[in-house]
Amino acid sequence: MNPTKLKEQVERCWAGHAQCTVDTGTATTEIECLWGVLADVCRRIVEEWDFSFAGLIVEEDVIEWQLRYAFYGEGDAGWVHVLVRAPLAENFFPSLVEWIHAVDWHEREAEDLFGLHFQGHPRLGDFVLHDDAWQEGVEPMRRGFDAEAAMRNRLPDADWRPTRIVQEPGAFVMPIGPKFSGVTESVHFLLETVGEDVIRSSTRLFYKWRAIEKLAEGKPVEEVLLLAERFAATTAFAHGLAFCQAVESISGAEVPARARALRVFLAELERLRQHAGAIQEICESTALVVATSQAGLLEEDLLRVSGELTGHRYLFGLLAPGGLLCDLPTDACRAALIHSQDVLRKLMELERRLSISSSFLDRIEEVGVISAETAKAYSLVGPVARASGLARDLRRAQPYSGYQVFNFDVPTEQEGDGYARLRVLFAEARQSVRIMQQVAVALQEGSVCRPVHFRPGAALGSVEAPRGGTFHWVRLNEGGQITRYRVITPSFANWHSFHLAAEKFAFQDFPIILSTFDLSVAENDR
Amino acid sequence: MSQWVIHGIRTGIKTTAYPRTTESAAGVTPGLPRGGTFGSGAAALVERCLTHALVHTDGHVSVDSRYCVHCYRCVRGVRQPLNWDTTYEWAGAAPQSANELGQPFERSIHIIVVDAGDCGACLNEVKQLNNPYYNMHRLGFFITPTPRHADVLLVVGPVTDQMRFALKKVYDAMPTPKRVVAVGACALSGGVFAKSFVCANGVAEVLPVDVEVPGNPPPPLAILHGLLVAVGRKPPETLAPAAYGPGTAGR
Repeated sequence: MNPTKLKEQVERCWAGHAQCTVDTGTATTEIECLWGVLADVCRRIVEEWDFSFAGLIVEEDVIEWQLRYAFYGEGDAGWVHVLVRAPLAENFFPSLVEWIHAVDWHEREAEDLFGLHFQGHPRLGDFVLHDDAWQEGVEPMRRGFDAEAAMRNRLPDADWRPTRIVQEPGAFVMPIGPKFSGVTESVHFLLETVGEDVIRSSTRLFYKWRAIEKLAEGKPVEEVLLLAERFAATTAFAHGLAFCQAVESISGAEVPARARALRVFLAELERLRQHAGAIQEICESTALVVATSQAGLLEEDLLRVSGELTGHRYLFGLLAPGGLLCDLPTDACRAALIHSQDVLRKLMELERRLSISSSFLDRIEEVGVISAETAKAYSLVGPVARASGLARDLRRAQPYSGYQVFNFDVPTEQEGDGYARLRVLFAEARQSVRIMQQVAVALQEGSVCRPVHFRPGAALGSVEAPRGGTFHWVRLNEGGQITRYRVITPSFANWHSFHLAAEKFAFQDFPIILSTFDLSVAENDR
Repeated sequence: MSQWVIHGIRTGIKTTAYPRTTESAAGVTPGLPRGGTFGSGAAALVERCLTHALVHTDGHVSVDSRYCVHCYRCVRGVRQPLNWDTTYEWAGAAPQSANELGQPFERSIHIIVVDAGDCGACLNEVKQLNNPYYNMHRLGFFITPTPRHADVLLVVGPVTDQMRFALKKVYDAMPTPKRVVAVGACALSGGVFAKSFVCANGVAEVLPVDVEVPGNPPPPLAILHGLLVAVGRKPPETLAPAAYGPGTAGR
């Protein structure tokens, strides 16, 4: 499916109801359609033309609502945005959740933050804004809402109780969190059980909601870049890059070759470090002490490599629209590569040892299984999707920053269990070093930043972050200020399916399943 | 399983000698900006700081490290960069704290870590304290999951509204005497999330803070320094220069 064919199809199927415009620069086909055919258009894009759902972007324009359903395909197929409009007075819309399950949480979020009601959605409310803490009728993402006005001291309602589904005799709910265990992010799990096995699990997120999408509004690009880097800092570079790419795409800016290559190098260094961290968590969850220490050493090694190369252990303060804020010496990059290769060698040694540790394998094999059908229905991304046989990788599907010139594989596994996800992490670490090696060899001298003259407009920046595809929608006004910033993160997509992996397994498997998903709460809660 | 034991022993000792001596390995700290005299260039430098960590008086730039988020805008892409110091002993005593540091926490302590809206970096750096490079256990620091056993509450993040209640509950459940260590720019000033309808501007708005550890994120050694300050084994640093009297900064 390419844009020309897509246009033909759209004009044939929905003549008079849908209009197609193709932007060859960004490889985006925009289908503007009427509400009546929206479900049909989206269903066919996913089911028949094999696009993946990226996210729903709601925008409040001066006179109307604009709902944009974004999809991405492989290679030539490019991007498809399905756009529908409605007057601002309207706030009842049809839900698409029956046709595209992945839209579920996007609709729940829009209901909470914009006050839009999606008719036919089975479960709205108590999502971003917790029912026990926020009164009804607060719509923080609406234009009139003041982001700086303090709304403090709402005390949670002591009588609030979560919904219980399992009603067997002896059934009870095991609440975990938001503060639980040693050093963990804040999230709440409700595990319903009649004894040993988790029958139903639900995840309550957004305890850490910092509303960066609202805070970004009305701010200049440089200030929002700080937010983009710092809302989920374990994958700071990937998110900062997605934001910069969106801004560059709006302004038609060219990034110098050296900056593009260095961006790839740093993005892969971050992926390697994040995967080492994820592997450490998996070892820790199975109480394999020596392996935990070994992986911990490697993660710290890579943090030090990042710190030595760039000054900052989490790669803050490097990105700028149009390139990089400062150049990195070629020699230092090569030194970082040599360190990374050394770390990789030790990681491979760790993988070999883990693969012959039966007590470890017993705990991680065949737990937390996600089938390929589930992965597709929930539009999962990253290592979680690839471990279930879905070879989705934006570096390959829609290359950016020059990824098309590098040789690398997209490792996939079929089982979809905890061990498959661990193997994908190890295999991807190998590919990251392989890419870094190619960058270091081909690195050319030159400038690293070309000043960008901001133009008004909107664009979607997309990056394959360590945890999966991330999509940043940015709209700029004439003054170079952000008027809408929408961040769709990999953890948001993957948390959606997490409860399925945790169900039907014993309580003691729960922390292991959680660690193999490598989910970030900060990334989800934004 | 013996392969793991042998492999572990063969790895040897990796642990830092800090606090006995200083750690000199590369990349252990991102460093912090330090003030200096810049004459006419001072105003331009202060303007580049988006989180208001810099002020200038008569051409002299001072830094309030509690507001620094390591954006490097004061050293990268400027003609006259600010001084950058690459130490890690940053922790200071909170000016509003009524508690004395040290006694009765001079021996082994248990720490409870609460994530109140952290971006993941500070928490990841706290997690590093448990790995063999830093091995906090050797100094008598232990992480506990329950507030009933905790002596020190370590908070990361600016305190989001939906975490405020849980954070207070943890604090109230801790036995006295207790101390609060706020870690990271967000926990000290709100960082990039400051002035928001959904966040406090740091932990001090919610709980009495005793020790402040600046940095975005502070490296593991800085957090370790913060804990050593809390138990009175290291003297606290000064975080805000005199130029930062109440009401002087344009925040």
